[in-house]
Amino acid sequence: MRHLRAINRKARWIEERSTHGDTSAKTMADIPFGCSTQLDPGWEVDSGGGTYGLCTPVERDLYDCYHSCYWPAQVPDALTNFPQWTSTCGAPVHDWSKIDLVFP
Amino acid sequence: MRYVTELHRRFEGGGVSFIYISASASILALDEVSGGVLDDFESGADLEDWVAAGSGDEEFAERYEVFEGLVTQGLLKPEGEVAPVGEPLPPMPYPLSTLVLNVTNKCNLACTYCYEFGEDKLSQALKANGEKRRSRMTSETARSSIDFLFENSPGRDEVSLTFFGGETLLNFETIRDAVLYAEERAVECGKRLGFALTTNATLLEDEIIDFLVAHRFGVNVSIDGGAKDQDRHRNFHSGKGSYEEIAPRIRRLIAANRGKGPPIGARVTLTEGASSVRETYEHLVGELGFDQVGFAPVTSAPGREYALRDTSMDSLLEEFQVLTDDYVEAALKNEHHGFSNIEDLLRELHQGVNKAHPCGAGLGLLGVSTEGDLGLCHRFVESGEHEVGSVESGIDEEKRQQFLRDGHISTKPECQTCFARPHCSGGCYHEAQVRYGDASHANVHHCDWVRAWTDLGLAAYARIAVGNPAFLDRLDGEQGAPAGAVMEVEL
Repeated sequence: MRHLRAINRKARWIEERSTHGDTSAKTMADIPFGCSTQLDPGWEVDSGGGTYGLCTPVERDLYDCYHSCYWPAQVPDALTNFPQWTSTCGAPVHDWSKIDLVFP
Repeated sequence: MRYVTELHRRFEGGGVSFIYISASASILALDEVSGGVLDDFESGADLEDWVAAGSGDEEFAERYEVFEGLVTQGLLKPEGEVAPVGEPLPPMPYPLSTLVLNVTNKCNLACTYCYEFGEDKLSQALKANGEKRRSRMTSETARSSIDFLFENSPGRDEVSLTFFGGETLLNFETIRDAVLYAEERAVECGKRLGFALTTNATLLEDEIIDFLVAHRFGVNVSIDGGAKDQDRHRNFHSGKGSYEEIAPRIRRLIAANRGKGPPIGARVTLTEGASSVRETYEHLVGELGFDQVGFAPVTSAPGREYALRDTSMDSLLEEFQVLTDDYVEAALKNEHHGFSNIEDLLRELHQGVNKAHPCGAGLGLLGVSTEGDLGLCHRFVESGEHEVGSVESGIDEEKRQQFLRDGHISTKPECQTCFARPHCSGGCYHEAQVRYGDASHANVHHCDWVRAWTDLGLAAYARIAVGNPAFLDRLDGEQGAPAGAVMEVEL
């Protein structure tokens, strides 16, 4: 829609369904997993039940540098020199220790 | 027919106007045309009159499309139409995803504000039959708990086991045995398994560090900042501060874990008189090397010396604003920033999370006491009133479900008029129990703060949505429909 843009995932999801004639949507229905949020103090456990989710995992941060950066950084660059660097790493959260050093 | 708006919040950032719709938790970007339509209906308008007044206009078809979009997204409703009330519970018994084992209720520190030991503790020293409680969980109880978790998590591919205390590492023997046993059982059951642990870091010996790293523990360290802040409340029983003891151990843990395990987090309890949030953040990240830092105000009954005063809560918001600005600046450059409070909020806003309950307690998450009794969460074990069975006898479903019905958002009158309810949902049950003697009470003492914090989060969201929208999708990490929803109703 030209004048009203769905920005977050929920809005996009509702919009997508409505274009297929489905006007049902989920409201006050989410079942949280971990502790309550932000100011409420009880969040020793993240929404997935562990602590991974309590910040941006460094695994994700790593890919930000690796994929989009050609400048010499703390990680090898995928664009020119080391396209296979993470080929052993299917799911970074679980496999990132398989990523080895490189020796340029 | 007259149409009125449902609860919402309009906000701006990066030169664009947005709206957050509480009924659906949708976020939409508005332009002049859609903003104009919203203005027309802001205090209610008759649809026929609105059409009659505007239909001569050549842009009217587009404006009508906006009207329909706002109806679809749950913002506009015919006046008097009763909002749908969701089912109070998902299909029960709800499969578990996380079990929090309180492996000991002893601690080698005597933090003055502790909810396990301090004035606000809920746990009862004696059991209903007058016997003393066991202070350490045995390996047998831990193994029974693990069996219980695997049996009660049908349909889940991944479960997690969190160790909690007391000071968790006072009972490392049980932890080690539990981890090895759980890994065996996970293979048998074909499920993935994650471990997490909260510790005060005083007992992080090299052998323990190696074990935690090898088994990919998510480690959360309770620490209040530099020596001055740490030693104000987090003392040994002798009264001696603990900073000097823990700093080198934390450095060793972080160094050993880097490149191997999940990020190491610091969890700061904010009390009256503490240093600025940014100073604390910079110490923990810059000096000690933590990957992430989260802040939470102390849980406290009113009037405690360490409780944050209202004015401190106001300045806390200003400090969170400073760290949030740092975070947004980093996000716009695709850089990591470890302020986890804002990251959690942004993730939830982006997913459009709309919670029926404030947290997973009693749903996918239960706490286990040293003797194997089940509590709604780790903070409620041993409180008697909130016990819901045991790992031996199973979950007391009647009690569990009654608690969940009582804790549902629809039972909290204060939340019905609040735009921030989709992600707050009334707040922590334990906090409410301490404050009001009723776990299902909304945490109304935090309402103004939560709303201000939500506004701050929405403004940050807007700036990132305009400046680097791909960051939000990455933050979210998932595609498709929002996770965790269990039922569908007409908006």
